[in-house]
This record gives sequence, C-alpha cells and structure tokens, in this order.
Amino acid sequence: MTTALSIRNLQKTYANGFQALKGIDLEVEQGEFVALLGPNGAGKSTTIGIINSLVTKTAGQVEVFGFDLERQRAQAKACLGLVPQEFNFNIFEPVEEIVVNQAGYYGVPRREAFERAGAVLEQLGLLDKRRATPRELSGGMKRRLMIARALVHRPQLLILDEPTAGVDIEIRRSMWEFLTRINREGTTVILTTHYLEEAEALCEKVAFINHGRIVERGLVRDLIDKLEVETFVLNTRQPLREPPPLGGEYPTRLIDAHTLEVAISRAHSVNTLFERLSSLGIQVSSMRNKANRLEELFLRLMDGSRNE
Amino acid sequence: MSNRIALTTIVIREVLRFVRIWPQTLMPPVVVTSLYFVIFGNLIGSRIGRMDGFGYNEFIMPGLVMMAVITNAYSNVVSSFYSSKFHRNIEEMLISPMPNYVILLGYVIGGVARGLMVGVLVMIVALFFTDLRVEHPWITVTILLLTAALFSVAGFINAIFAKSFDDISIVPTFVLAPLTYLGGVFYSIDILSPFWRQISFGNPILYMVNGFRYGILGVSDIDILPAMALILFLLLLMSGVALRLLERGTGIRS
Repeated sequence: MTTALSIRNLQKTYANGFQALKGIDLEVEQGEFVALLGPNGAGKSTTIGIINSLVTKTAGQVEVFGFDLERQRAQAKACLGLVPQEFNFNIFEPVEEIVVNQAGYYGVPRREAFERAGAVLEQLGLLDKRRATPRELSGGMKRRLMIARALVHRPQLLILDEPTAGVDIEIRRSMWEFLTRINREGTTVILTTHYLEEAEALCEKVAFINHGRIVERGLVRDLIDKLEVETFVLNTRQPLREPPPLGGEYPTRLIDAHTLEVAISRAHSVNTLFERLSSLGIQVSSMRNKANRLEELFLRLMDGSRNE
Repeated sequence: MSNRIALTTIVIREVLRFVRIWPQTLMPPVVVTSLYFVIFGNLIGSRIGRMDGFGYNEFIMPGLVMMAVITNAYSNVVSSFYSSKFHRNIEEMLISPMPNYVILLGYVIGGVARGLMVGVLVMIVALFFTDLRVEHPWITVTILLLTAALFSVAGFINAIFAKSFDDISIVPTFVLAPLTYLGGVFYSIDILSPFWRQISFGNPILYMVNGFRYGILGVSDIDILPAMALILFLLLLMSGVALRLLERGTGIRS
C-alpha cells in the first residue's frame, strides 16, 4: 500500500517561543479517510499549515506520496489540495475565476481549467453562482467553493481544516456525502473537526493531538473498544424521587424525575442493568449514549494529557 | 510548461484586476497629467520659456510619462500583493507547486503592464499639448520597461513588509513622490547650483527620467549608458532581495 502522507518528528516553535508541535509522527495510507482531532491550540492547524507550506517547520520531515516536501517541493505540492479553516478568497474575484486561477497555479491549461471549474462547481451546486463574487455567497456556499477550489487540480490527498464549522445540518450532511464519495473514488482525505460524530461517521482512522503531541491514534472501532466506561441516559415511564439502588457497579445519577444517567463499565452488561431496573418496577421508555463514543474517548484522553 | 501556465494565470488575473477597476487605476493619471500640462505646461510654462532648447510642454512630457509609469507600476504591485496578504488569498499561490520566481515575475509583469498602459494613455494626452516625436525608440522602450519592472519589484518588497494598508502608502508618499518631483521631471539639473546638482546625482529617478527624455527628445543631463546600467543593476539587486524574502517566507509564512 502506498503511503499518502508520512510525517516524522515534526516540530514547530513560533518566533514568540511558543512550541506548537513537539514531535509529531503520523502515517496516512493512500485511500484512507483520517481525522485529526484535538482541542483548540492543540497543533492541528500548525500541522496542516506545515504540510501545505504555509507554516515553516522547525524540525522534522514531511513526505507526500513519497515526495519530500523540502527537496521535491513541486511534486509534493502537486499531490495536495487544501480546504482551509477560514475563508481566504479575493472577495472581488468571481467564483469561476477563483477556481480557474487555482487550476492555473497548478499548471492546468486555461481552456481545460474552465471545463474542470464548470464540472466541479456543478458537483458542488455552485454552477449558477459562477459569476457571483464570494461576498454574494452564503456561508455554506463559501465552504463549498473552498472545496471546489481545492479539488480543481485533482489532488490525490485532500486536507480539510474544519470544513463544516458553522454550516447547518443539511449542508453538513451533503458535504459528508460528497467527501465520502470522493474518498471512495480514490482521494485520500484528512480532516480536522470539532464535531466528533463527524469523525466517527466519516473516518476509519483518527489521531488525537494535544499540546503538540499525538496522544492516541488508530482505527475508530479499536479506539472505541478501549472505552472502559460508557455513560447512558435512560428515560423512565414512572417518575423517580431518588436514584434507584442498582449497586456499586452501576453508578447512577438522577437528572430529573424521568431521567437517569448510568455509567456502565465493560465488565458489566446492559442486560443485567435492565433486569435490575425491572426488578425494581422501573420501566425504561428510551435510552441513548450521553455523548458520542468518540467524544467520550476524546474527553478522557484530553483529561489524561492534562493530568500528565 | 506548468510554470508558464501558472505565470500566465497570474498575469491575466493581475491585468483583469486593474482593468476591472479602471476608474481607480487608469483614469487618475490621465486626469492628473492633463492638469500638469494645462497648469505647468501652458499657463506657467509659457512664462518659463525654453528649456534645453525645447518648449516647456515638450520638455516636461517625458518626465510626466515616467512619473506616471513609476507611480502606477509601484502602486499596482504593492496594493495587489498586500491585498492578497490581507484577504489571505495569497495562500492559493503559496500552496501550489509554482516556484517563488514565478509569483514574483507574475506580479512584476502585471505592474509593468499597468505602467505601460498608463504611459501610453499619458502620451495620448500629451499629443493634445505637444508634438510627440521619438528620437531613439529602442532606448525609450528599454528605459520604460526597465523602470516599470524596477518599481514593480520595489512595490512587491514594500508589500512583503507591509502589515497594514497604511504601510503601503508610506513609501509612495514620503519617498517616491519627493524623489520623482526632484528627479528632473520639471527642470534640467543644469539650472541648479553645483551643490544641489551633485545631490541630485544621488537620486536614481533622475537617471530614469533623463534616460527616457533622451529616448524621446535626444537630450539628457546625464550619459545614457550609465543610466541604463544603474537601472538594470538596481532591478537585479531588488529582484534578488525580493526572491530571498519570498524564499524565507518573510511576511507571508509563519
């Protein structure tokens, strides 16, 4: 299998002395859909900035499809497409020109650039806006324009820095579908996001980054298996006055008269919990995870690295 | 091939940019030059008499053209490149595979294109006030191109260091304008005292204005070859500086 991205001992210290990256190692294989997760200031955007030559690294090595970013810069950069976190358009330039120019910077001849721009704008539902300027677009349209611009030169590795931040659920879902489709068609995708359910829905692999270090990485299902305790929220038919006596193995908290929160460790089963609730005459009308499972893992990892 | 396409893309984008906003970019120098011709050339110039053997309108014409070329080449690049930094769409180019020299060359050609377009427009205006004859066409064109390129590079360097829109107007106002006005646009340095004449030789714009005047009228306060050599030297020096700054990522990469 070809390695799409290889990062070794990546370090970055800014001019003010802040050490944003303290030695990141990351491998992404071709065709994978990987999420880079972490709190604000963890080092995600710095990592992405270095991969895309917008931030100068202090030490370490980056290879894109085997091309060293320092020694084979043009080849490495030709493989990359970037959807940045913040809008970075020339606000006076029409949509179509933005996409055509981006293709031109990557060496796509002008006539072909117009054809490709038309196709990619159509794919993202922006063809009727091709004469508009970014100022006339909604937030969701601007996000889609950034994706169109990043895809016009047909990159093998697409990197998205919080692509769905601030967009409504409908647009987010349609963007998920689009990203899943281009990933299935062969594009390797790396994204950073604060929406953990987004990472769980889209990605097969995740890497958690905090304080400039990768604190955990692996397949989503393997990481979720590592969760020792899951917290569930149960809605009861009968009103409760106090938490039912379920035993020490099921720590319980009464949120309100009809809502219970129960922590279940991997050593104990949900079946036993329901048996005990039934024996106490409590009927459960619905049940859900308190948090997304990845989110629960994320919070524990972040707590862990804070306590280190 | 890829780099040529990237270069063409930047040039087309730059030309479209200043053509799209022509009332801000192409019209002002035409209006200002017309006023110079009317006030300095016709009204005051008729009392000044001849200079270096030419009517005053005829004498100031090359300097006015050169002044417009210098100002517009500089301001085109400084405002366009700084705007790209400000709106962060410079990232579109920085993430692409094109080398830094292509970025610099693209902006410089854009600046030269605007400088030349404005120069031609000013010459057309000049035809209403004086007869235009070009004594040395090749020297005229060479000086025009070298000067426009030099000030385009200078504008690029200014934009690299600029942190606000104020920073892109400081050099044109406090450096470029005084040097241009004192660069022999409106007078021959022969009318100055020896002391001020010597001081004037330290002004690089004097060489450009006089070089261009030599191309148009066939007269100059200075030798044409050293003038051309100086402009070429400054162009190469500043291009080297601009490329080095781009390579280091000064003002554009963190």
